[in-house]
Amino acid sequence: MSAILTGVPASPGIAIAKAYRLQSVQYEVVRTVVEDPQRESIRFQKAVDQAKQDLESIRKMTEQRLGPLKAEIFEAHLMVLEDPELIDAIKEKILQQKINAEFALHETSHKFIELLEGMDDERLRERASDVRDVNQRIMSYLLGRDYSAPSAITEPSILIAADLTPSDTAQLDRTLVKGFITEIGSRSSHSAIMARSLEIPAIVGVGAAAATIDSGITVILDGLNGQIVVNPTMDELHEYERQREQYEQHKSELRTLMNQPTVSKDGHRVELAANIGSVEDVEKAIENGAEAIGLFRTEFLYMNRNSLPSEDEQFQVYTYVLDRMGQRPVVIRTLDIGGDKKLPYLPLPEEQNPFLGFRAIRMCLEHQDLFRTQLRALLRASAHGNLKIMFPMIAVLEEFMEAKRILLDERDKLIKEAVSIADRIEVGMMVEIPSSALSASIFAKEVDFFSIGTNDLIQYTMAADRMNEKVAYLYQPYHPSVLRLVQMVITAAEKEGKWVSMCGEMAGDETSIPILLGLGLHEFSMSATSILPARALIRQLSKLEWSGQTEMLLSLRGNDQVRGKVRTLLQTPGQIV
Amino acid sequence: MISKNFTVLNPAGFHARPAKEFVQKAGTYPCNVTLIKNDKKANGKSTLSVLTLGLKHLDEVTLETDGEQEEQAIEELGKLLGKIYQE
Repeated sequence: MSAILTGVPASPGIAIAKAYRLQSVQYEVVRTVVEDPQRESIRFQKAVDQAKQDLESIRKMTEQRLGPLKAEIFEAHLMVLEDPELIDAIKEKILQQKINAEFALHETSHKFIELLEGMDDERLRERASDVRDVNQRIMSYLLGRDYSAPSAITEPSILIAADLTPSDTAQLDRTLVKGFITEIGSRSSHSAIMARSLEIPAIVGVGAAAATIDSGITVILDGLNGQIVVNPTMDELHEYERQREQYEQHKSELRTLMNQPTVSKDGHRVELAANIGSVEDVEKAIENGAEAIGLFRTEFLYMNRNSLPSEDEQFQVYTYVLDRMGQRPVVIRTLDIGGDKKLPYLPLPEEQNPFLGFRAIRMCLEHQDLFRTQLRALLRASAHGNLKIMFPMIAVLEEFMEAKRILLDERDKLIKEAVSIADRIEVGMMVEIPSSALSASIFAKEVDFFSIGTNDLIQYTMAADRMNEKVAYLYQPYHPSVLRLVQMVITAAEKEGKWVSMCGEMAGDETSIPILLGLGLHEFSMSATSILPARALIRQLSKLEWSGQTEMLLSLRGNDQVRGKVRTLLQTPGQIV
Repeated sequence: MISKNFTVLNPAGFHARPAKEFVQKAGTYPCNVTLIKNDKKANGKSTLSVLTLGLKHLDEVTLETDGEQEEQAIEELGKLLGKIYQE
């Protein structure tokens, strides 16, 4: 009989193999008095030096295998090995109390492990495992034992352990270790992060139940759903084997697209970008092959706090993101708040219709101090990367011109203050209000680019609140009235040599992608995880053939007809795709 | 002994790379370097000690240097505290 265990899916993929239980170095530390503390201290330093040599070679190996970023963790370990509050403190203990190195090491490192484990910040708690790792490594040298336990594996296995240290994980032999299961840990544990970069399926945080899996038992590890099948039946084995093959094939297809440009079957190039709403999201964008940040929402800077973020604080955040993206473009949207999103320190009047009210650029143009602070931070950050600035909720030309005037005003001031600013910063606008789509040809002469925010554009076109279930049926992304507005924007932009992005949910949707490609959209900005599937899809589509379908699609009767037609075309082999 | 107050500007707080850079720099000065947050003191030359302060974005922190080259140390390390934004 098979048994099912569940845990946190930490690294995707399916593995089927025999379990291998990893026992951590077991040692018992006894306090003993030494006769020659001087010699004991030298013995300790020797163990530290050996540990340093080990870590240095693991660091080099990781750098070659996974790149300098993943090797940084071992630099951190090396620093622990030189930390005066640890190493010097241990030596002092040995000399003053005339005790054995093992005990002094155990006591001192556990003081730090406990301190770190008690921290509020999860990222700091994770650092406790650095100290534990280093402690075990020195200890094994002091005790004269072998530390590289995972290397004892000789046949394909799924590792089962209480926890894996970063150096355990980095040394895993991918040809033998098919996956791992741990009792403790979260998605952000070092071992989980390592598993994702090594592309080994993993489930963490299974709890004590993981200890019931004995070595030698066959295990199915479903890292996609966080499920473990212990002792599977023949049927389960066949089913998961089929799923595994399917997943591996799909993954290897997507992986080859990681650093590839996004080009349609007939050679038309478009850009796939990520939408981000926090500093942490940048890493996800990079990991998923984003060619740009198409929408950086800045609201998070203003929320959950009691006062406005300062210019310097904003500057740090913008610079960080620009820096991480290098030469790749980053479109930052100025504050879109008001209406339903309220800030405790910025009293705004109650409204009957918040979505039709005093929000975004409307509010910023009146509260200019707040707007100018953000613009100054953006301008200063522009020297650090490829920044583009975008204003939200533009309804009429005057709003855009006024926002741009204020931006240029701040730019002139900063130049007078001798602050370095990028020579050229593109300035664009969101198209969320039907009026701006209808007048796109007028706007196109003034803006550098458009970004179509489909969630709002659909809601304003249909006059239907997307939060109201009663009218949710009117959220119709494929409706010809929505598509025609999109078409108007792209046509107007092309006439003036400007570019158009789309940053709503629609941009990553597999039914709208062929339509948008046919319409000539230049940039598709979506959540990071949609990027590689979208790239795979676009490479199978012909821009020319889908352009040929535009007129027919836009003349259909409604949303369902368009969706139905596109899906039929996608499934007709040899015809369009 | 001299001291100065700072605000942590790094949005990701003060660990990993910022802490590493700070500690490495502190190690190049002969004087003692201490970071103080709410009466909790940390040895500025020890990563572990600095980490256990748990410095977060916008935390107020006091930097204290004492001994040879204390003036130079407080200036250079202060720059790092205020400027570092990368992690």
